[in-house]
Amino acid sequence: MEGIRIGYLLGGIAVMAVMTYIIRMLPMAIFRKKIDNIFIQSFLYYVPYTVLAAMTFPAIFYSTQSVPSASAGCAAAVVLAYRGKGLLIVAVGAAAAVFIVQLAMNMML
Amino acid sequence: MRYEEFKEGIRDGIPICLGYISVSVAFGMTAVLSGIPVWAAVLISLTNVTSAGQFAGTNLLVAQGTYLELALTTLIINIRYFLMSLSVSQRVEQRMGIGKRLAVAFGITDEIFAVSMQRKKRLSASYMAGLILTPVLGWTGGTLIGATATSLMPPILSAALGIALYGMFIAIIIPPARVHKSVLYAVLLAVALSCLFYWMPGLKKLSGGWSIIIITVAVSALMAWKFPVSTEDEEDE
Repeated sequence: MEGIRIGYLLGGIAVMAVMTYIIRMLPMAIFRKKIDNIFIQSFLYYVPYTVLAAMTFPAIFYSTQSVPSASAGCAAAVVLAYRGKGLLIVAVGAAAAVFIVQLAMNMML
Repeated sequence: MRYEEFKEGIRDGIPICLGYISVSVAFGMTAVLSGIPVWAAVLISLTNVTSAGQFAGTNLLVAQGTYLELALTTLIINIRYFLMSLSVSQRVEQRMGIGKRLAVAFGITDEIFAVSMQRKKRLSASYMAGLILTPVLGWTGGTLIGATATSLMPPILSAALGIALYGMFIAIIIPPARVHKSVLYAVLLAVALSCLFYWMPGLKKLSGGWSIIIITVAVSALMAWKFPVSTEDEEDE
């Protein structure tokens, strides 16, 4: 993970920025009519959820020093999110659970 | 520039700005923890101004994905802005010139779109400038705060924060999945396929970026076919 090349990073950021801008810009510049197609509307409605779900699982279980601590963090995140807590609270709560479990595991070894 | 319109835009943008600060602080922290330098995290926020899209892109940058993967992932995740931008294009003042239209397009996010659609008047460039400026400052500034705070953090704490990005994703997908059965099915199916792609021997050759694109398109298309939603009924479901 150390030392991502600066050239690669700058190029990557440019790719992200340009792609994101083109998507936002094209309709403003060209299109005037609304899309009525229900299938396309529905497809776009589901995209944010499916993509985030696929990115999170199973990667979340390998995001910390050990699978047990990551599982604890995942469980904490699910419970907090289910109770309707905001993004920052859920993120910090998950990290706190990871921290506690990891500390307990290190002490036992 | 019409000062009154600009001021109204600034005022309407403040709540969005506050919401963005909390999210972008978390983004700044997680980006730095995963190996992205502070300047790059701030540059990503300033040039992208999007949550899910730039989170996924940053993830891919860390994994040293190819530019093609990066471009396609960004395209797929952010393609919803296409429709929002389309709606905004029909609500701006007719006489707005192409230069101003292109500038307004830069700031179309879920929240800015939502607030601008609630405005009774036609959208002027001055109003949109105010409505976009405040959230962009919050988004970029919050990233800087989160990123710099993290470099001062002890390693044992920063290791635990590696999960924060995924925690945020969970916070985004669970509340709507509670309310809408169809979103729940979409999430569960995507998780199941993602695990299958990850753990099945043979399928693992596919890089992470590609499997996410395939899963996103396949599951979203299936759900759109089985459980179509029209943007008008969304609120009543």
